[in-house]
Formats: sequence, C-alpha cells, structure tokens
Amino acid sequence: MLTALHALLAGFLVIAGAAFFFVGTMGLLRFPDFYTRVHAVTKCDALGAGLVLLGLAIWSGPDGEGVRIVALIALILVSSPTAGHALARAAFRTGLKPWTREETRQGGGYESD
Amino acid sequence: MTEWSLIPLFWGVLIFLLVNAFACLWRGLAGPTLPDRILAANVIGTKTMVVLVLLGLAREQGIWLDVALVYGLLSFTVTLVASRLLETGRLKGAWRQ
Repeated sequence: MLTALHALLAGFLVIAGAAFFFVGTMGLLRFPDFYTRVHAVTKCDALGAGLVLLGLAIWSGPDGEGVRIVALIALILVSSPTAGHALARAAFRTGLKPWTREETRQGGGYESD
Repeated sequence: MTEWSLIPLFWGVLIFLLVNAFACLWRGLAGPTLPDRILAANVIGTKTMVVLVLLGLAREQGIWLDVALVYGLLSFTVTLVASRLLETGRLKGAWRQ
C-alpha cells in the first residue's frame, strides 16, 4: 500500500539522484583533464544511482522488486569506486600527466612518445 | 484512499537520464585520451543500468531488474578489464591521443 509519505519520499529521492547525475555529466563534459573528470564522475554516479535506486526501493516496498533493487544498490556502492580507482591508477601508471594551472590550459595529455 | 502514482515521474527521469547518457557519449567519442573513453563507457553503463530499473518499474515487468543486475555486473567487469589492459600496456599506440 503506497501512502502519500512513501510517494513523496520516493519522488524526492529520485529527483535528487537525477540532479546528481546531471552534475556528474557536467563534470565529465567540462572539467579540464582525466583526473578531475574521474573525481567528478565516480562520486556523482555512485551517489546519483544510489539515491535513485533507494527511492525506487522505497516505492516498490519490501515484498517484490525492492530486494533486487537493494542488491543493485550494494553492487553500485561496491563497483563504482573500485572501477574509478582502477582506471585512475592505470592512467597514472601509464604516464598520464595531471593538469596544472601553471602550464597551458590544454594540458593533461600523454607525453608525446 | 487516493492512489499515488509516480509512473510519469519515472518516465521523465528516464528520458532525462537518456539525454545525459548521450551527452556523455560525446566525451567517449571526442575524449582526448583513452582513459577518458573508458570512463565515459563506465558512466554510460551506470546510467543505462538505472534506466533499465526505471523501465522495469514503469512498465511493471520485473524481468528488467534482472537484466539491470547482469548489465551492471558486465559493465563493471568491462571497466576493470579495460583499465587492467591499459595498465599492463596492451592498449596503446594510435589510441594514446
């Protein structure tokens, strides 16, 4: 049975998660190099997906699809930071230079080899 | 008792996330380095997983949730394998900017 409180809470959480997704997209498109992008994207994606799925789990209720959505939340909270860390470490070990303001604003690429 | 329905909100958020995913596709296509492209693929995978869950709840078909679970696991695995291949030096050459 879906009460008004459940619906309001679920709607608020879903809209907040969508806002976090939008912030992550803006960070991915606008930030100057890879490390700043991965900084913006991993946190915003984990939090946005977590909030949206939490709202959907509240909306579905404990019997039915709610259990599977909680499993998805656990998967997101484990996998998103792990993927971001592995990717940033791979980029750092292959020699991707971080962007700094003293150099040209177009920095942040690999050394030309 | 009034029936509260959030289905139109779910469709709206679904369209919004699809627009966001297509915006992230630009970074995947034009990103200057290879890790940018892998990162964009990871982000699009996460958004697609949430879109699958929203689709399953909006259409009231529970099979989409299983699809979303498998899709999330596969997207995570693809990102890990791609970053591992990049780190061990098997993905380079023309891809490096």
